[in-house]
Amino acid sequence: MNEIFGVPTQALFGQLLIGLINGSFYALLSLGLAVIFGLLNIINFTHGAQYMMGAFVAYFLASKAGMGYWWALLVVPLVVGATGVVIERLMLSKLYKLDHLYGLLLTFGLALIIEGAFRHQFGSAGLPYSMPDQLVGVFNLGFMFLPKYRGWVIIASLVICLATWFLIERTRLGANLRAATENPTIVQAFGVNVPRMITLTYGFGVGLAALAGVFAAPIYQVSPQMGSSLIIVVFAVVVIGGMGSILGSIITGFGLGIIEGLTKVFYPEASNTVIFVIMAIVLMIRPQGLFGQR
Amino acid sequence: MAAIDPPPISQAAWDERYHRRAFVVMMVMFILAPAVVYPVFLMKALCFALFACAFNLLIGFGGLLSFGHAMFLGMAGYICAHAAKVWGFPPELAILAGTAFSTALGFVAGLIAIRRQGIYFAMITLALAQMIFFYCLQAPFTGGEDGIQSVPRGKLLGFLDLHNVHVLYYTVLAIFTGGFLLIYRIIHSPFGQVLKAIRENEPRAISLGYKTERYKLVAFVASAALTGLAGATKAIVFQLASITDVQWQMSGEVVLMTLLGGMGTVFGPVAGAFAIISMEYYLAELGAWFTIAQGIIFVVCVLAFRRGILGEFEAWLRNRK
Repeated sequence: MNEIFGVPTQALFGQLLIGLINGSFYALLSLGLAVIFGLLNIINFTHGAQYMMGAFVAYFLASKAGMGYWWALLVVPLVVGATGVVIERLMLSKLYKLDHLYGLLLTFGLALIIEGAFRHQFGSAGLPYSMPDQLVGVFNLGFMFLPKYRGWVIIASLVICLATWFLIERTRLGANLRAATENPTIVQAFGVNVPRMITLTYGFGVGLAALAGVFAAPIYQVSPQMGSSLIIVVFAVVVIGGMGSILGSIITGFGLGIIEGLTKVFYPEASNTVIFVIMAIVLMIRPQGLFGQR
Repeated sequence: MAAIDPPPISQAAWDERYHRRAFVVMMVMFILAPAVVYPVFLMKALCFALFACAFNLLIGFGGLLSFGHAMFLGMAGYICAHAAKVWGFPPELAILAGTAFSTALGFVAGLIAIRRQGIYFAMITLALAQMIFFYCLQAPFTGGEDGIQSVPRGKLLGFLDLHNVHVLYYTVLAIFTGGFLLIYRIIHSPFGQVLKAIRENEPRAISLGYKTERYKLVAFVASAALTGLAGATKAIVFQLASITDVQWQMSGEVVLMTLLGGMGTVFGPVAGAFAIISMEYYLAELGAWFTIAQGIIFVVCVLAFRRGILGEFEAWLRNRK
């Protein structure tokens, strides 16, 4: 069995793997967006920049503090998430009473500031970030070779996505969170500190983006524009999945990554656009998105 | 037409007097400006001013934030440049061709996008614009990263030589003025009033019997058409249609111009466009700092200064009266 549908199996599985990898980034980033959108009703345009910051902070930790990849996985989300907390306290919290378009515009401005600052400091060239020694090498799966690091990223993001889903859909904390999106005043009356919950939710979503940045650092180069090219695709994923739907962002994230990979095999010209085409079709048939309510 | 409460007459009269005076001041400034300011800079600013006015028609009066307006600007530029260069169209027909294409594109994009509101609408327009962007990057006629270069300017209506920079400037000014007056007419017509009602309270407008989707679609198409007019004119002026005009950053830039100048004001987008283009022009050597400056303007406008330059100015004038 060397060919499937006239395509060499090696190429097919290779692209499927790339699709899965991209899919895990789509899923992680759109998950963060969904969590933030769910409670804050803000489309976090800064998300791409925060993903980029995650990769850069990992790079700094390695080059300045000698902290390796495993430490970065722990420290980076906390550091970048903390900047998110500051942003929410100082800026976003002033906007909740206004039309939510202002949240989109504010975070768009923040994205410009952050990206501009990093570009000013580091230029446009990418910086290398090496993967941990434990994950160098490949697994032989029999039908293909799987680089260990990529396998790790796929599994780790899947676990994180499912853990987040569990946290929000199956725990008491998640129940409070979902209740607060429906009626913050009543939840507040039950003694839950809603403003603090909102702040921490934003920090959590930002932390997820930063974590994706750490995952990405050894695969792609660490560069100031790594976020802005990705974020638009992630927006499309979010629209297709149904805005604010946790499960929707996980499934569509991985699914669209795979579809994109397959398109690269069968019709490469369309591989950049296929997600947007799917989005247009989904919107015409199901305007609320595949997993959206209403 | 069903009754929409008209604003108190004194307010309307005040508005009209203010608009008339401001328009005269603006026109005098634009007519005299080439004597003191570099005309090419002025033409660029005028094209963007028309772009911002067209965008403002949608957000300022319809409450619809499109994050994909670059697709209309850029595609009109490509079509106009292609028509002028490859098909040998005279400039007026080339500009019309670009505008017509944007209008059609606006109709299709509008049909898909107006099904959702608010943030959803913004996201959908953004994603549609990305489709167009990747198409432009790959389609053979757009020249990919290079764009369509050395577009012939030709002779307008057969006798006005657009290679003369003054003829070109006043042509651009005439196009801008035409577009501006058309937008003014639209927003002060019954149609514009309904549009404002939809912006303020869509369910109520529906219950009054308006087919709000139809109004929004017409506004979207009109905005796309006028954006196309700006893009096509820009292609003739700079003899270039390039991929930067289709990129999503361009959609962000026009939001910034409108926000800075004052969303929903008549003259705000013009002021905003001139402010941003001046920054770009005179601060070009700042490089990445320019992006940072743009971001800071966004943040400051949203947090402290939501009415924008002209919005604040008008509020100040009103308080004085």
